[in-house]
Amino acid sequence: MMPEISLNVLDVTENSTRAGAKLVSILIQADHQADTLTIRIEDDGCGMTPEQVEQVVDPFFTTRTTRKVGLGIPFYKYAAESTGGSFSIRSQVGKGTVVTAAFGLSHIDRMPLGDITSTIHTLIVYHPETDFVYTYQIDERSFVLDTREFKEILGDVPFSEPEVSRYIFEYLTENKNEVDQGAVL
Amino acid sequence: MKTLAELKAIREKMQNQVGLRAEDHNHTRVVVGMATCGIAAGARPVLTKLSQEIQERGLTDKVAVTQTGCIGLCQYEPIVEVMVPGEAKVTYIRMNEEKAVEVVNRHLVGGHVVDEYTLGATDMK
Repeated sequence: MMPEISLNVLDVTENSTRAGAKLVSILIQADHQADTLTIRIEDDGCGMTPEQVEQVVDPFFTTRTTRKVGLGIPFYKYAAESTGGSFSIRSQVGKGTVVTAAFGLSHIDRMPLGDITSTIHTLIVYHPETDFVYTYQIDERSFVLDTREFKEILGDVPFSEPEVSRYIFEYLTENKNEVDQGAVL
Repeated sequence: MKTLAELKAIREKMQNQVGLRAEDHNHTRVVVGMATCGIAAGARPVLTKLSQEIQERGLTDKVAVTQTGCIGLCQYEPIVEVMVPGEAKVTYIRMNEEKAVEVVNRHLVGGHVVDEYTLGATDMK
């Protein structure tokens, strides 16, 4: 079991990049009225067949031929469902995959969101070939980071360049603070 | 609030410097396992720390930090592999932020493998 939700985001999104995704959209959305914390990760990677989707949520399915399928998704699904939330994977071969987990926001068993800024920063800097659209939303307030905008400005200057990497981290940190006013999810 | 104008300024400053540092085969590679097993064991802070230390010690011209999937030694995660050109690969196991700093200082800067953190130092089961 992961100690924080943001590590599940990292884990699932790593799968997206391994599935050859060019664009991954990550949504973190807290809604106090509905009492939900929704995490949606959408990619345009290679997708999965209905059988494969069934396999990734089953931790005891052992006749797999690759090592791609493991405990990551089953634990994530359990973590969401044990807070009165829901979990779904929609996937189409050749089109992509959408993994949605909804948690009960105020449920006592909900893991903290954790260090989502470090997670998104790690994904962006270490997967320069993948574009990310990251949305962080709390009730009516939100901010969006689109790496395509960054790349347009940067040209051939890579994200791994220390100053650029620091800028991205600060961009994430400051905008997140603006949205949640320092509240911990 | 950070603006894109700041990024433009960085771009303008960097423009002339990039290219001098084209990838070559003399780079030392530091690879962190970032599959489910690595992430659950704490690989993200290790990766961040390695990257920070390498920047602070001014090693970015010589050392490239990258990540990889599961290498099949889940019980030893977080795993960090160090590949210095012309030398045998070194596999560090059960890493944390403190050990990461030590590996940067003693191995990447000092040139000496930190034997006690390597896979070779453990009893393989």
